[in-house]
Amino acid sequence: MSEIHAPAVPENLTWTGGSEPMKASYGKLMMWFFLLSDTFTFSALLVTYGMIRFSNNAYTGAFEKFYFSTTHWPVPDKVFSALPFLHGVQAPLIFVGIMTFILIFSSVTMVLAVEAGHRGDRADVEKWMLWTILGGFTFLGSQAWEWSHFIHGPELALAAKDATGNAIDGANLVRNPYGPPAFADLFFFITGFHGTHVFSGVILNILIFFNAATGVYERRGHYEMVEKVGLYWHFVDLVWVFVFTFFYLV
Amino acid sequence: MALQTQTTEGKVIAPAQTAAIWKTFWILLILTGIEFAIAFTMPNNHYRVAIFSTMTIVKAFFIVGEFMHLKNEVKILIWAVLFPVITIAWLLVALLLEGGAH
Repeated sequence: MSEIHAPAVPENLTWTGGSEPMKASYGKLMMWFFLLSDTFTFSALLVTYGMIRFSNNAYTGAFEKFYFSTTHWPVPDKVFSALPFLHGVQAPLIFVGIMTFILIFSSVTMVLAVEAGHRGDRADVEKWMLWTILGGFTFLGSQAWEWSHFIHGPELALAAKDATGNAIDGANLVRNPYGPPAFADLFFFITGFHGTHVFSGVILNILIFFNAATGVYERRGHYEMVEKVGLYWHFVDLVWVFVFTFFYLV
Repeated sequence: MALQTQTTEGKVIAPAQTAAIWKTFWILLILTGIEFAIAFTMPNNHYRVAIFSTMTIVKAFFIVGEFMHLKNEVKILIWAVLFPVITIAWLLVALLLEGGAH
């Protein structure tokens, strides 16, 4: 007379400890939602950039005749045109292009580490994590150079003039030899906020490398931590793709 | 090259499947190259901004879809991420246009 009763609530609708909503682990799902909230923050910075940029005057003259002035927004090609060790050489966007390449490439090495993790290949995970860390440090070093160059400012003969007619020497949050002070503020805030993300990403990558190298994930039986930190690292790359377009290209 | 390697403990490790990853890398690199070419050859106007924005979204599609494997997640997760982002993108465009950025 034994009769099997169906449970009151079907199994697929209960959130007991063992179930996985959206077929993703808790950590992975939370990483996605954290990245979504981070997207909102970066979107706020992006729209701030847009509003401030378009509330300033645009430069309307010929590209060749462009000059730095606090009365119009600078043309990015003219601001970001220097290369390390090549003083005076005009190479618009080349350095920032190299930085973009470095970050995209470190995203590739990260996804290769994730792929190696799926196969449980510890040696490969270690190798690709090291390359990713190296790429992250190279990017941070390039950004440090870019900042230092920006803060130093252009040659005084080319710099914008302040209200008293003197050339502005060097950039900070209140004065900017390239254009309106807001341009420097946005440069520091947007690339700085992104750079902070890269820095935390590198720290996380080092932790993952350390854990992989000491066999933590092998003992655990899976390399999902590599995947979760990988999501963060790709997001940092993704944000740079947007910063590159809207700060340096447009 | 379907060679399997064996660790010292005798564990079998499957060969790497990296063709799709490298393909995505080349797509991203070529798209960035085209952006550079446009930056140096085309005068700055609304069309150029539209082209750059579109190409950036295409790049984002490949990074999120391939590198972050969102393509392989279940539909509800894809939309849980995409829907807020689409809404935010609409908000950005609306704020900029209403704010006089044209």
